[in-house]
Amino acid sequence: MSTTYGVEAIDETLAIHAGRPPLSVVYEWITTVDHKKIGLMYIGYALIFLLVAGVEALLMRIQLAVPNNHFVSPQVFNQLFTMHGTTMVFFVGMPILFGFGNYLVPLMIGARDMAFPRLNAFSFWISAFGGFLLYFSYVGASGLYAAGSAPDVGWFAYAPLTAKIFSPGHSTDYWTLAIFLSGIGSIGTALNFVATIVSMRCKGMKMSRMPLLVWLYLVTASLVFVAVSPLTAAQIMLTLDRYLGSHFFDTQAGGSAVLWMHFFWIFGHPEVYILVLPAFAFANEIIPVFSRKAIFGYPAMVAASVGIGFISLSVWAHHMFTVGLGATANTFFVFATMVISVPTGIKIFNWLATIWGGKIIFATPMMFSVAFLFQFLIAGLTGIMLSVAPFDWQLGNSYFVVAHFHYVLVGAILFMLFAAFYYWYPKITGRMMSETLGKWHFWLFLIGFHLTFDFMHVPGLLGMPRRIYTYEAGREWGGWNMIVSIGAAVQAIGLLLFVYNLVHSYFKGKVAGHDPWDAWTLEWSTPSPPPAYNFAVEPTVNSRRPLWDLKHPDDPDSDYE
Amino acid sequence: MSLFPRRQKTGCNRGWLDFGRALRAALCSLLFVAATAFAQSPTNMFDPAGTPAHSIFDLSKLVLAVTLAIFLIVAGLLLYALIRFRSRPEDAGSEPAQIYGSNQIELSWTVIPILIVVMLFLTTARVILGTQAIPKPEDAMNVTVIGHQFWWEYRYPKLGIVTANELHIPVSDLAHPTPTYLTMSSADVVHSFWVPRLAGKTDLIPNRVNTMWIDPQKPGLYLGQCAQYCGVQHAKMLIRVYAQTPADFAAWVSQQKKPARQDFSSDPAAAEGQTVFMHNACISCHTVAGTAATGRFGPDLTHVASRDTIASGAIDNTPQNLRKWIDDPDSMKPGCLMPSMHLNNRDLDAVTAYLTQLR
Amino acid sequence: MKTANAIPIDELGETPWTLPYRGTVGMACLIVAEAAIFTIFVVAYVFYIGKSLSGPTPAQVLELPIFGTVCLLSSSITVHFAVSSLRKGNLRLCTANLAGTVLLGSIFLASTAREWYHLIHDEGLTIQTNLFGTTYYSLVGLHATHVVVGLIMLSLVLGFALAGRVNREHAEKLEVLSLYWHFVDAVWVVVFMVVYVLGR
Repeated sequence: MSTTYGVEAIDETLAIHAGRPPLSVVYEWITTVDHKKIGLMYIGYALIFLLVAGVEALLMRIQLAVPNNHFVSPQVFNQLFTMHGTTMVFFVGMPILFGFGNYLVPLMIGARDMAFPRLNAFSFWISAFGGFLLYFSYVGASGLYAAGSAPDVGWFAYAPLTAKIFSPGHSTDYWTLAIFLSGIGSIGTALNFVATIVSMRCKGMKMSRMPLLVWLYLVTASLVFVAVSPLTAAQIMLTLDRYLGSHFFDTQAGGSAVLWMHFFWIFGHPEVYILVLPAFAFANEIIPVFSRKAIFGYPAMVAASVGIGFISLSVWAHHMFTVGLGATANTFFVFATMVISVPTGIKIFNWLATIWGGKIIFATPMMFSVAFLFQFLIAGLTGIMLSVAPFDWQLGNSYFVVAHFHYVLVGAILFMLFAAFYYWYPKITGRMMSETLGKWHFWLFLIGFHLTFDFMHVPGLLGMPRRIYTYEAGREWGGWNMIVSIGAAVQAIGLLLFVYNLVHSYFKGKVAGHDPWDAWTLEWSTPSPPPAYNFAVEPTVNSRRPLWDLKHPDDPDSDYE
Repeated sequence: MSLFPRRQKTGCNRGWLDFGRALRAALCSLLFVAATAFAQSPTNMFDPAGTPAHSIFDLSKLVLAVTLAIFLIVAGLLLYALIRFRSRPEDAGSEPAQIYGSNQIELSWTVIPILIVVMLFLTTARVILGTQAIPKPEDAMNVTVIGHQFWWEYRYPKLGIVTANELHIPVSDLAHPTPTYLTMSSADVVHSFWVPRLAGKTDLIPNRVNTMWIDPQKPGLYLGQCAQYCGVQHAKMLIRVYAQTPADFAAWVSQQKKPARQDFSSDPAAAEGQTVFMHNACISCHTVAGTAATGRFGPDLTHVASRDTIASGAIDNTPQNLRKWIDDPDSMKPGCLMPSMHLNNRDLDAVTAYLTQLR
Repeated sequence: MKTANAIPIDELGETPWTLPYRGTVGMACLIVAEAAIFTIFVVAYVFYIGKSLSGPTPAQVLELPIFGTVCLLSSSITVHFAVSSLRKGNLRLCTANLAGTVLLGSIFLASTAREWYHLIHDEGLTIQTNLFGTTYYSLVGLHATHVVVGLIMLSLVLGFALAGRVNREHAEKLEVLSLYWHFVDAVWVVVFMVVYVLGR
C-alpha cells in the first residue's frame, strides 16, 4: 500500500486468497465474472489446445516426411488435418486473443470490468463446451470408417462432401455444432468488447486517446459480428440439409456447392483478419515501449486498422479463383485483395518509423516483435503473389498456400502472442519470466519456424497439393518435406521450453513490481497482479500515454496531441 | 540488452568467422539442391510446357521481381534501423526524441504502394482476360472430364471414345495450334484438375460446368493430381496426360474406338474370365463397350489393358497388381469406393486374364 | 503502489463525461450480428429463386399475409408507446401497451402457423420438397424463432409490470428490448418484400 497525490489504496486480495481450500478456489474460478480471471481461463484453455493441435501437426509431419509413408492411415490423416485446422482457428486462435483482450482492455481504458460480466463468463463457458464437443467426436461419433470418428472434411468443410451421403455418421455434425457454440461465444465476447470500449472508458479517454490495442480490439469485435454470423447461418443450413432433408447444398436437387464456398469464405477471410488484428494490437503496444518512442502516426494507424477491417469484407472470393467465377468476378477480387495491402503496408512502415531514431532494447518481447515484423512482411508479400489470380491458379490449394497462411498464423500471430506473453506476464502474475529461457525459446522457435515454413513453399511450387495423406516418390517433394518435418520437431522443443518458462517463472521469477518495462499505458499503474477492482480511483487521462505524462511532467504528450 | 542468452565469454572471435563460412557453404549447397529439384520435378510450375502455364510463368516472374524488390528495401531498412538505433549502455536514463508522425511521410508511403498495386492489377487483369475470356476455336478438340471419388472419367464426344484416368491428347504446334478444351463437372463432390506444367488448376463442381484448355507443345507424359480435397483417397486421384504426335494420337483413337474384344476362342482363361465378369456385379459399375456391362459408377474398362496404370495412376497396371486390386481394392487404396468382389482364386485368375486382354 | 491520477490541470472539470448506455450499444451489436445471419438466408432465398427442379412455385402457393403483417408492424407502435409511457412514469399505460404488443405478436405467429399448415397439408410443400421449400421455411422459420424469443422477453416484462415491479428507472432497459422488437419487425418487412412480392 502506498500513496500518491493523497490517494490511498488498500489491496486485500492476497490476504483473502492465502490458505484457502482448493475446492473453494476452483469454485471461485468456475463462477467468476471477473474479466481478468475469465481472460486467464481463455488463455489457459487455448494453450492446452495449442499443445493438442501441435501434436496433431507433428503426427502429420511424421507421415509426410517421406513419400508413400504408412505411419497413419488415410482416414486418420484426414481427421488430423481437419482437427488441427479447426482446433487452431476456433479453440486456440480465437480464445487466446479474446483472453488477452479480456484481461487488458478494461485495464487499459481505466474501467473496473467489462460491460457485461455475466455475458463474459457465459461466452467463455459456451466456447469451452464447443471445444470439448469437438474432441468428444473421437469417442462419440460413429463414422463409416473404423479408425475413429472425428470430423474429416477439412476445416472448411466444402459441400457436398459434408452431405449425409458423402459423410455418413455424426462426425461432421460434431464439427458443425462445436463451431456453432464457439461462434455464439465469439459474438457474445465481441459484443462485450464493443460495449466496454464505447461505454466504459475512464474520464478524459476520448476515442482519440485510447491505446491502439483498444482500437484494434474494437475493429476486431466489429468484424466478428459480420463475419461469424454468415458461418453460423451456413452451419444452420448444413444441419438442416443433413437432418431435415433440405437442399441448400444438395447438388442433386439443384443446390449449389459454390454457395457454401461463398458463405464460408465470407466468414473465412474476415476471420483471418480477426486473428491477425490482435497481433497488430500487441505490436502497437510493445514496439514503442522497447524503442522508447511513441508510436509513429497514431491517426494513420487507426485509419489503416479500420480500413483493413472494411476491405477484408470484400476480398473473400480470392479463395475461389479456381472455381470458375468468370473473368469479371476474378478481376474484382484481385483488385480488392491487392488494395488491402496498402493499409497493411502503412502499418508496417509506421512500425519501422517508430523504431527509427529510437533506443531499441532487445528484451525477449522485442525480439519476438522484430521477428514478427520480418515475417509478417514476407507473409504479406506471398499474399500478394497469391492475389494475382493466374498465379493463384497454380499456387492455390497447394503447399504454397499452406506455407503462406502458416507464415501469418505462426510467424506473425504466434510470434506476437509470445511477445505479449513475455510482456504482460509480469503484470498478470507479479513475476518476470526468465530472459535466458526466453532467448533459448526465441532462437529455437525461430530456427524451427523457418526450417518448416520457408521450405514449405517449395513443394507447393513443385506441384504438391494440400490435404494429401501421402505423395508419390519421383516428384522431388520428399527432401523438402523432410526438412519441414524436422523444423516442426524443433518448434515443438521451443514451445515446451516456453511452457516450462511459464510455469517455472510463476514460482521462481523475479518479483516484477507494477511497471517493470517503464511503459506508458494505464495497466502499468496498477499493482502486479492487479486487485480485483483494478483501480482504487477511476483514473482521469489527458493524453494517449498517461504514464508518460506522469513521468515527464515537463514534456507531457498532451502538449503535442 | 544482449540478443543471445548469457553464456561464458570465449577468448577469441574465430567462432563467428567459421560460422559465416559454414553459412555460406550451407546456402550454396541448398541452392544446388534446389536447382536440381526444380529441374527434375515432373510437376514444376516453373517449367511450363503449354501456353496457359507459360503466360502464368511470365506473369509470375514480374510478381516475384516486384515482391523481392519490396522485401529487400523494407527488410533492409528494418535491419538497418535495428542495428543503428539499438540502445547502448550510455543511453541509460534518457529517452530519444519523441516523434509522433508526419503527414508527408504517411502520404508518400500510401501513394507509392497504390501505384504499385495499380500496375500489378492491370498486368494481372490482362492475363486473366487472355486466359479466361478468349473464344473457343471451331475445330478445337473437346474432352469432357467428369470427376469421381477417386478417378477421372474422360469422354471424347466427337470421337465417340470413353476412357478413364489417362488423358490422351494431341500436341499443339504453336504455328497451327490444336488446343484441347476440357469441359468439366463432377459426379459427386468437388475435385480440381491440376497439371502444373500445362496450366493452372480448375475445379470440377457437381451441378456446374467449368472449362479450361491445354496445349502441350512437346510429346510426353505430364503428371498432376486432384487439387481439391474430395475424401479419403484424394491423395491418390492422380492425373496422367499423354501428349502425342498427330500420328500416335490417331493410332490411339482408332484403337480406342473399337468395341471390346469378345472373341477369346484362342484363350480359354480369358474366355472363362469374361463369363465370370459378365455374371458378377462388375457389370453394374463398369462399362465394357459392346457387352452387357454398362455400369457408369466405375471406370470404363473397354481398353483397360492399354493403360499404364490402374486406380487412377496409383498402381502400375501389371497382371499381379490387377489381380490383387480385384481381390481387395481396399488393401491397395484404403477407402476407395470399389468393394472387394470376394471371388475365389480360380475366378480371380480368370477375370485377370480376361481384363489383361482388353487392349 | 501508484494509482493512476490526473496531472494537476484537469481540463474536464467543466464538461460532464457521459458515454452511451452500454445496453443500447450491446443491443446494436446483437442486431448487427443477427442482421448478418438474416442477410445470408435472404441471399440464399434470392439465389435459388426459379432454380427449383420440381414442385410448387411461390406464385402457385403463396398468398400475401396482409393481416399478420399489419399485426406485427402495429406491435412496433405499441411497444414504442410502452417505452414512452414508462419514461413518463405511466405504468398502467405501459402495461397495456406491452400486453398489446404481446397480443399482436402472438396473432402474427398464429397466422404464420396457419399459413404453414395450409402449405404442408394442402399444397404439399415442405422443407424437403424443393429449393423453394428449403429457402422459404428456413427464412420465415428463422424469423418466427426470433419473434418467439422476443415474445418470451416481452411476456416476462409484462409479467413484472403486472406485478407492479416495473417503474420509470427501467425505461432505458425496456427501450433496449424494444430495439430488438423493432429489428424483428424490420426483418419481416424485408422478408415480406423478398418472399411475397419479389419472389412470386
